[in-house]
Amino acid sequence: MLEIKNLHAEVDGNKILRGIDLTVRPGEVHAIMGPNGSGKSTLSYVLAGKDDYEITEGSITYNGVDWSELGADERAAAGMFLAFQYPIEIPGVATMTFLKTALNAQRKARGEDEISTPDFMKLVREKSKALKVTPDMLKRPLNVGFSGGEKKRAEILQMSLLEPTLCVLDETDSGLDIDALRIVSEGVNQLRSPDRSMIVITHYQRLLDHIVPDVVHVLSKGKIVKTGGKELALELEKNGYADYVDEEAA
Amino acid sequence: MAAVQETIDQVKAIDVDQYKYGFVTDIESELAPKGLNEDIVAFISAKKEEPEWMLNWRLEAYRRWKTMEEPTWARVEYPKIDFEDLHYYAAPKNTEGPKSLDEVDPELLETYKKLGIPLAEQEILAGVAPENRVAVDAVFDSVSVATTFKEELAKAGVIFCPISEAVREHPELVQKYLGSVVPVSDNFYATLNSAVFSDGSFVYVPPGVRCPMELSTYFRINEKNTGQFERTLIIADKGSYVSYLEGCTAPQRDENQLHAAVVELVALEDAEIKYSTVQNWYPGDSEGKGGIYNFVTKRGDCREKNSKISWTQVETGSAITWKYPSCILRGDNSQGEFYSIAISNGHQQIDSGTKMIHLGKNTASRIISKGISAGVSQNTYRGQVSAHRKASNARNFTQCDSLLIGDKCGAHTVPYIESKNSTAVFEHEATTSKISDDQMFYCQARGLDEEEAVALIVNGFVRDVIQQLPMEFAVEAQKLISISLEGSVG
Amino acid sequence: MNAPAKIQETKAEQSLNAQFDAILAQTTQNNANQRKQAWDAFKAKGIPHRRVEEWHYTDLRTKMNDAFALASKTAPKAEALTGATGLETYRIAIVNGRYVPELSSNQAVAGLTVTEADGFLAAQLGTDDAMAHLNQALVQGGVTIKIDANATIERPIEIVRYTDGTEVSSYAGTSVDIGSGAKALIIESFEGDANAAYQSNALTEVKVGNNANIHWLKLQVESEKAQHIETYSVELGAQTNFQHFIYNEGSSLSRAQLFLEFKGEGTHAGLRGTSLLKDSQHADITLFVNHAVPECESREYYRAVVDDKARAVFQGKIIVEPDAQKTDGQMMIKSLLLSDTAEINAKPELEIFADDVQCAHGSTTGDIDEELLFYLMARGIPEAQARKILILAFLSEAIEEFEEERSVKLLEAMIRKWLHADDVVSE
Repeated sequence: MLEIKNLHAEVDGNKILRGIDLTVRPGEVHAIMGPNGSGKSTLSYVLAGKDDYEITEGSITYNGVDWSELGADERAAAGMFLAFQYPIEIPGVATMTFLKTALNAQRKARGEDEISTPDFMKLVREKSKALKVTPDMLKRPLNVGFSGGEKKRAEILQMSLLEPTLCVLDETDSGLDIDALRIVSEGVNQLRSPDRSMIVITHYQRLLDHIVPDVVHVLSKGKIVKTGGKELALELEKNGYADYVDEEAA
Repeated sequence: MAAVQETIDQVKAIDVDQYKYGFVTDIESELAPKGLNEDIVAFISAKKEEPEWMLNWRLEAYRRWKTMEEPTWARVEYPKIDFEDLHYYAAPKNTEGPKSLDEVDPELLETYKKLGIPLAEQEILAGVAPENRVAVDAVFDSVSVATTFKEELAKAGVIFCPISEAVREHPELVQKYLGSVVPVSDNFYATLNSAVFSDGSFVYVPPGVRCPMELSTYFRINEKNTGQFERTLIIADKGSYVSYLEGCTAPQRDENQLHAAVVELVALEDAEIKYSTVQNWYPGDSEGKGGIYNFVTKRGDCREKNSKISWTQVETGSAITWKYPSCILRGDNSQGEFYSIAISNGHQQIDSGTKMIHLGKNTASRIISKGISAGVSQNTYRGQVSAHRKASNARNFTQCDSLLIGDKCGAHTVPYIESKNSTAVFEHEATTSKISDDQMFYCQARGLDEEEAVALIVNGFVRDVIQQLPMEFAVEAQKLISISLEGSVG
Repeated sequence: MNAPAKIQETKAEQSLNAQFDAILAQTTQNNANQRKQAWDAFKAKGIPHRRVEEWHYTDLRTKMNDAFALASKTAPKAEALTGATGLETYRIAIVNGRYVPELSSNQAVAGLTVTEADGFLAAQLGTDDAMAHLNQALVQGGVTIKIDANATIERPIEIVRYTDGTEVSSYAGTSVDIGSGAKALIIESFEGDANAAYQSNALTEVKVGNNANIHWLKLQVESEKAQHIETYSVELGAQTNFQHFIYNEGSSLSRAQLFLEFKGEGTHAGLRGTSLLKDSQHADITLFVNHAVPECESREYYRAVVDDKARAVFQGKIIVEPDAQKTDGQMMIKSLLLSDTAEINAKPELEIFADDVQCAHGSTTGDIDEELLFYLMARGIPEAQARKILILAFLSEAIEEFEEERSVKLLEAMIRKWLHADDVVSE
């Protein structure tokens, strides 16, 4: 279970998050929506443990463990997975090599044995098919020369391989056309399970037609200003964020 | 398209060999005898009614200079200069310190009018919005002849005057800052300048003041066989801002003339200096005869934190240009910029660029250089970017593009990239190409003739730099570029 | 940016004087003239120093405290020579500048002729560099390697240059003449006794005919106390593909200087390399690539990883002569600085006299990209491992472009070893 309490965070001295409270239980899917600049991406980086994102107040605990002292790799080994809004290109590292290295690093951190190469190959083949990730993509350097859709599919492939228990999807719908959106969403939905939590960060409601959330939060100026059911997303779609931005300003 | 059409018209209106500013003004002038020795140095100092410390400073520079050799590392070739065959001082005779514009020789005023530089304030005031006004210091041969808007600037606390006047009126500032950026022994030409400089501009902007108007100096070499050695010193005190423009022209003469200026900029905490140059000295004729040797040392010191110095230059003139406006990024978080368009045509030779010396933490610099070579000219970009051990998080981005027009010219790029700090991130990109046939064809298929197409493409090529110039100079620069490239097509 | 100045002779220069006199006394008349000529050319310049523009960043005058005695003829055991490990090669062993048939392959290979030379290369070198002249004045021996026209040599030709002894110097001369239509992989290695301080100065002349396809891999794995200089003079015919790779790992001071001239049209030259430096190593790669004829393509791609107090120097000059229209020259220098005391100096130059060209150069300098590091760590990879992965990736990119499978494998293994990265990335 993820528990965020009164979370304040800043980047380069700029206060971005100003007191977030959020609890996500296993099996739940929470959507976080909000206008540009509300702190959505910052929240995802703070959860993943990016260096320059400093927690100034409050806490993050996952399954009872305080995360403030854990590095990004340790959080990943503890079950955290961030699907990046802009997946990073790493020239010189083949996607396949990267997947295996990451999987084994996590297994090692958890005290498990390394996966054998035949088992790994089988696993990747199986998972990549559903996401339409081609063998050619797997041979290419990680994300290099991938289209927007390919990058997002590769992210979800990583998620399905690494089997995290806490998934944070940062604007996974950005840059996707309707078909790519469907493939990615199906991939995500297949990973929904009673022991896995998800936080879906998005600006638009359309992603939530495909990945239906249990709870929707509205983030504005670094705070959650409203929480509701999935119908809240529809209301936002109709009325925009103006109400919440003004409310905050007033 | 309007600007392009205008350039085309300009080009058409001018003959291939015609340099617009090549007229000679018929003014009686006072000349120091040819040659250089301690007496001449003393003569110049006496003419300027300088205090003793200034004379001593000059003499020390002169003695240094005697021991130095002309630098040979630049990619420029010229016959050896006979430094004994030059006049080191020339002044229009009737202008020993004009008190107001009324005392200025009308011939001189006419000269500046021809150059398009109005000196009479009432003329400027008529029909010009106050925020667009420019205060001008006009330097004719070696002497400052007129400085406009002095009083209004004084109200804001800004000192803008000939440097000879500053030596007398503000000795504490001059003594503190002169030679503090370009030391007396810096290089052959700077040391020569230190010994014999006769005039130039001095600017001091007090703390917290945003200079209310653009400041400008127009340099004009008129006299034969003279060297022009002006010295500019600009100090922006804490939290101040100043934008300074410099323009240069000279008459058409068959012999070469030497111009060896020194410009020093000092920016203190939170201060910003923007220095723009449109250099249009006489480049020599189509045979390569005559023209100015432009050997200039320009350097800015971002001395304290959060300061910023920005150099923008449009270099179209001079037979030989040897010039590297540089920034010493000493203060933490300080910034340096260098935007340059260097165009060489005919027999011109340019060896120009910049140095960005990162000393402080979080310092950032940006270099955008656009070189265009045509005719039988040689155009070299030479630049240095260095990060010292303590310059953590230093950043530099350099973009250095060369365009070749015709197959008789040369374009060269010589960057020196030196980093002693692992957190410093330097990126350098350079390209050399000609105007592509595809681009030409595309333009021509849309109805532009060859010359129009070249003008359009070149204007696009230099756009990043033109945008850095103050508005009125941007237009002038654009015209100048087209004129400089006149005759390069076909 | 400074003019050269006349300065006093150093201790090293004085030692060289004595060595030259001694070697001249035992040389035949004809060779003596050649040595003298080279010596005079060296003496006119002296040991290069920082005021010599081409040596600005490698002040040999300061770094070369003395010139060690000329190494004598020795016969090390075959096991001492490492060379290109794991590959079946045709080996040419050169110890202390001299060809050693006993340590070299002896079965004949069709199309390949190796002859012991007295070390004197063609008088016309594509360079006027002082250290190349010094090699010609003091050269101890060497080989001439000839590859016949249209010969395809399947087995890599391996030239191992070994300096045996400590506080000695070796001067090897190698001439490689490659016929038109030939195809070969040449692997040169430079090595010596571990921990021995010695100086090795090699001069390598390469002439390639038309339509040839040559891969040339240099492995510089000298002892960590060695000072190493190699000068290449390369001439390429028309429609040829010449791929060259420098792997720099050894030496306290190394300089590879390559003077390349395109002599025929339609030729492609790929010049690549990686420098892996630590402690206070200093490695200099300096290139002069002269596009003298039209329609040639050159690629100069080098990468350096610099740790501790090490210093990497890269200087590259692409010259495009007036007639060399349709030249395509691209240069890219990338450096990773891993410590606060590491240093990189890069000078990628373009000198262009023809207008219909596509030339570009670029350079990046910095530490490991924090964004990449975060991405890897967010996938559960610990920081130390993530760093190694990124360094390996950074170097692999350059290696793969060499496009010669045997060499790529060899280089990757060497880099992993250097990085202590055997366990870092799963294959």
